[in-house]
Amino acid sequence: MIFLADSPSWMITPVILPLIAGLLCFLFSRRTFVIALITALINLFVACLLIYQLLVFGTIRYYIGGWRPPIGISLRTDGPALLMLLMTAVTGLAITLYARGYFSYRIADPVRGSRHQHQQRYFWPLWMLLLAGLNGLFLSGDIFNLYVTLELIGISAASLAALSGKPASQRASFRYLLISLLGSLTYLLGIVFFYRTCGVLDLGVLQNTAINEPGIRAALALLTVGLLLKTALVPLHFWLPPAHANALAPVSVILSALVVKGSFYLLFRFWFELFAPIVTTSALNFMGTLGAIAILWGGIQAIRQQRLKLMVAYSTVSQLGYLFIAFPLSRTLTGVPVWSAVIFIALTHACAKSAMFMAAGNVYLHLGHDRIRNLDGVRASLPITVFAYGIAGVSLMGLPPSGAFIAKWMLLTSSIDSSQWWWALVIMAGSLLAMVYVFRVMSHFFVIPKRESLKETTPLSPLLEWPALILALIALFLSLLAPWLLHILSQGSTGLAQLFPGGLP
Amino acid sequence: MKKGKKIKKQTRNRRRPFDGLQALFLFLVFCLITLLGAILSNSPRTVSGLAGAVASLQDQSGVESPVTAVLLNFRGYDTLLEVMVLLLAVIGVWSLAKAPFPTPETDISPVQMGVVRLLAPVMCLVAAYLVWQGSHLAGGAFQGGAILGAAGVLLLVSELPWLHAIPVYVLRIGLVLGPLVFVGTALSCLFLTGTLLAYPKGTAGWLILLIETACALSIGLTLALLFGGGRPESDVPGGDSP
Amino acid sequence: MITTLLYSLTGLILFGMGLFTLIIHSHPLRKILAINVMASGVFLILIATAYTPLGQGEIDPVPHAMVLTGIVVSVSVTALALILACRVQETSNRTLRKKTKQPKNTKGPKS
Repeated sequence: MIFLADSPSWMITPVILPLIAGLLCFLFSRRTFVIALITALINLFVACLLIYQLLVFGTIRYYIGGWRPPIGISLRTDGPALLMLLMTAVTGLAITLYARGYFSYRIADPVRGSRHQHQQRYFWPLWMLLLAGLNGLFLSGDIFNLYVTLELIGISAASLAALSGKPASQRASFRYLLISLLGSLTYLLGIVFFYRTCGVLDLGVLQNTAINEPGIRAALALLTVGLLLKTALVPLHFWLPPAHANALAPVSVILSALVVKGSFYLLFRFWFELFAPIVTTSALNFMGTLGAIAILWGGIQAIRQQRLKLMVAYSTVSQLGYLFIAFPLSRTLTGVPVWSAVIFIALTHACAKSAMFMAAGNVYLHLGHDRIRNLDGVRASLPITVFAYGIAGVSLMGLPPSGAFIAKWMLLTSSIDSSQWWWALVIMAGSLLAMVYVFRVMSHFFVIPKRESLKETTPLSPLLEWPALILALIALFLSLLAPWLLHILSQGSTGLAQLFPGGLP
Repeated sequence: MKKGKKIKKQTRNRRRPFDGLQALFLFLVFCLITLLGAILSNSPRTVSGLAGAVASLQDQSGVESPVTAVLLNFRGYDTLLEVMVLLLAVIGVWSLAKAPFPTPETDISPVQMGVVRLLAPVMCLVAAYLVWQGSHLAGGAFQGGAILGAAGVLLLVSELPWLHAIPVYVLRIGLVLGPLVFVGTALSCLFLTGTLLAYPKGTAGWLILLIETACALSIGLTLALLFGGGRPESDVPGGDSP
Repeated sequence: MITTLLYSLTGLILFGMGLFTLIIHSHPLRKILAINVMASGVFLILIATAYTPLGQGEIDPVPHAMVLTGIVVSVSVTALALILACRVQETSNRTLRKKTKQPKNTKGPKS
């Protein structure tokens, strides 16, 4: 009964399976990659299965231990949650393969191989537990359980960021850990206010009792600040670039593509479902303004960077701004669900940014540095990587047919329809900035070096190059899947149904 | 940049003066706390929380202590993830540094050795009692684990030679034991009753005790190893660390 | 009622003190301690929340469980943060020593 395709028990697999895999990876020092690969594959399969269940049965709730809320913890599936789960599963599989290629390449190095063996030893359990935390976050329907998953993510992400052993990465990771802890403490204080006022912890129950009280407002403010710290929206973004840029290549991918999305997803759910009745227009505008500053500031900083990985990290700061620009536009419903734009941006960014960080990591492996000035002639030696970088760049700029194009189109039309043209200006400026920083690097890739200064290096394995290319292609052709994704998105989210009375297209 | 360095050099010797930025922060934090305090004191609690709900289901939980019932039955999933957080801390610490123990040839005073000899077994007993007591009074895996961890710290500080002869795989098994038993129990509940962590009727008390015992052992070991401050010497086969 | 309010307000003040120290001081150990003070403040408020006004002397066990979880989390994060701070200190000391050893680079701090 448990293994049937319509069993609700599948819902716990994305959490429990990586947990067990993490334990096993810690316990055994051999075959850890095989364990991780099997986990990633099953995770992808289950994500697809859950989407199938959602389409057939609608939203499902799973009561852990058989205890119904308010006393127990429940998991629930709906469109946004499952799309984020699918995003994590797809990028997670690619990251697993890429990490294998990365560590094999590094361990083959005769001088520093042993150090990388040590890193690999700890990478796998940390990565598996991080995956469990992310999946738990997307599925959980309990505000305190979300706190625990946030901690799971925060601690494993900080440990991963410090894994490279470089002083810079350790300093960045320390700051990251402190910020993450500060964020979760603020979040916890928000929970206290919440519990005091509502007397429950379950999100479904809360929805009915959300009252317009100062306690609830304080709770929303505290939860928001806590999550913003973890999401790195602009005034609170200072920790992100050093932490992402100094980590090992697979870790940069994980941090930039997945970890920041987790806290954003939560923030988004709080603002548009749980607390939707008390959210005011000025608060939405405030978030949008921060997002606009993030787009411009991140873009300008990305252009100014001298190192490729730092540039990609600042590009993350910029792209995160788009997610927040959707906030003020959500109130103006002129037939276009602005909300689905957010998911599209998140999906595209996850795939494209993974591809870009993988490409940057490959360049670093190949050349031994990532100074943008000296990247001449990489195209000749790493054609696939450069191709992946270019395609990912196109997606970040938001050119058709990438997923970000649809999203930006929705945002643009919505802002013009509601005569809030200034958001449209920022969106277009952000695309221009993205174009500048992407092409600035591309131009170096295509320059033919004056002297044959490229030292002899071992060729990169296909495991390093192909995941990047495939992810970049997914990001590029995401818009072709748009009708299907929108259909999934429209399933089962009660809060969203209230937001869009006419229903999603 | 240059300015920052200058300031640093100046402040190396004397205490930093209380400047404007600090005053601003102090003011902001003060405002924040006053605001939150005003909200706290002005909103009388009208809801009673979950006390009633827990009390009404208490007899189905298999334990008499309400806190244990919440921790290991009603919200057992939280506790499962939390045990993972502890393990994660050890993995993180081990990935970062080598243990500074054993320090070469320090003399341990006979008084300390005597105290350790007396205390360590008593602490283990107290830990076991706390775990057992958790089913009906205050106590449980975390309290017992904390005492065990303290005992472990005592042993570590007294530099007993046999401690360092413990093979790493034993430590690993000990660390993973609690989480693994927890997950294993949760999954066997899934296969027996069809729901994760739904204990079969009548077995809840015993299963909770099993989980708590395993977790207390692992938590104690975890805390002691966190105090150890890094991975044991021979952790990575053939691998030297940064 | 007044007692729980007192506890809550004390918790808030602890939270504020920790926050201020965290922002102002640059020493890693101070930062870690500040975070711990903040955590204690939050736990204090949570414990005060457990005292329910309606039930006669009935104590809500759910905040207790939350505090226990929170303490465990804060212990593990503190341990990790301390080790990280030690590593940072070690590596920066090493580079400092290297700098002072090199005769060319005499600009390093003197003491």
